[in-house]
Amino acid sequence: MVMTKPSINQVWEWLDAVPDPEIPVISLVDLGIIRGVAWLNDALEVTVTPTYSGCPATRIINLDIETALNDHGIKQVTLKRQLSPAWTTDWLSEKGKTKLEEYGIAPPQTAGGPSQCPRCKSPQVEKISQFGSTPCKAQWRCTDCLEPFDYFKCI
Amino acid sequence: MGDNSLVLGHRVSEWCGIAPVLEEDIALANTALDLIGQTQLWLGLAAECEDRGRDADALAFRRDVWDFRNLLLVEQPNRDFGHTMMRQFLFDAWHSLVLAALKSSDNSEIAAIAEKSLKEVTYHLERSSDTVIALGNGTEESHKRMQAGLDRLWPYVGEMFLTDKHDLIDVAALRPAFDELTNDVLRTATLSIPTDNFTHKGGKTGARHTEHLGHMIATMQFLPRAYPDAKW
Repeated sequence: MVMTKPSINQVWEWLDAVPDPEIPVISLVDLGIIRGVAWLNDALEVTVTPTYSGCPATRIINLDIETALNDHGIKQVTLKRQLSPAWTTDWLSEKGKTKLEEYGIAPPQTAGGPSQCPRCKSPQVEKISQFGSTPCKAQWRCTDCLEPFDYFKCI
Repeated sequence: MGDNSLVLGHRVSEWCGIAPVLEEDIALANTALDLIGQTQLWLGLAAECEDRGRDADALAFRRDVWDFRNLLLVEQPNRDFGHTMMRQFLFDAWHSLVLAALKSSDNSEIAAIAEKSLKEVTYHLERSSDTVIALGNGTEESHKRMQAGLDRLWPYVGEMFLTDKHDLIDVAALRPAFDELTNDVLRTATLSIPTDNFTHKGGKTGARHTEHLGHMIATMQFLPRAYPDAKW
């Protein structure tokens, strides 16, 4: 039996349905870490770049990609790690940024800090710490509604 | 590069759970995590180049003190929080300059690791600079501790700029940029830079580490040495 190869666009759609293990509201495609998808004969090669070099989610992400593609009938999946160009939050999709904000995580801003509180939308915010619960986040607080919130670091 | 990030990464991780406040605890653990991530990249590449069947874990956990090639600065014990942040600041300043230079390496793998690490280290430097300024400029007690940290660690700065035949870049040439960067922050922090430029050396060459490294490695390597088949 000859396997029909799903199209590259189809694969991107499938990958866009794989959630980030730490921030499940956005997909791996939204996060901008899938750098390429290509067929090499009968194997599908997926190029992935890490967000942070020590991010413990990297291993889970690789496993999730493989599982999702296997579930869609692709038996041979090769994962290629690409370090350069280094991941940047510029690669977050607009859809991803909107979803982050709705979820309560302020999306990255080139100014270096959140533009507003993701809950009450007040621009009166202050930094608590440059680091947060995952390598990609920092802790901020709204001085109007007084809620602390996560900010997706801009790198 | 891998030994520097491994040793400092482990040192910083010793604060996990016992830092002065929760936010600092998280920040220190995240910094350690970045450094260990960079270690995996550097030692992974080293293992690949060496081609003797060892991987990054083997290089980290199966070598003894005399095989480590880290700077003496990074193996110094944490002492207090001020001392830890001063060590971080001096290292971050050096690290950012070295990575910026290695980013243009002819070896594409070295250049890629440097490019990736530099983003993280730029962030580390921002935080350690801010903390050094805040504490140097803080209370009488915090100022005293930051000055004590600087005085104690200054004799380890010189080693970072000794170029040897294994260096891919001329680290000595980076000293003026380092002085400019650190003078600026330390002056704003109202700290006095020691004038004695005596330097301890021997960490980078492996000839003479301080006694602290052996103790640190004993703790770090205990688990994989005692349980060689352990998986994590």
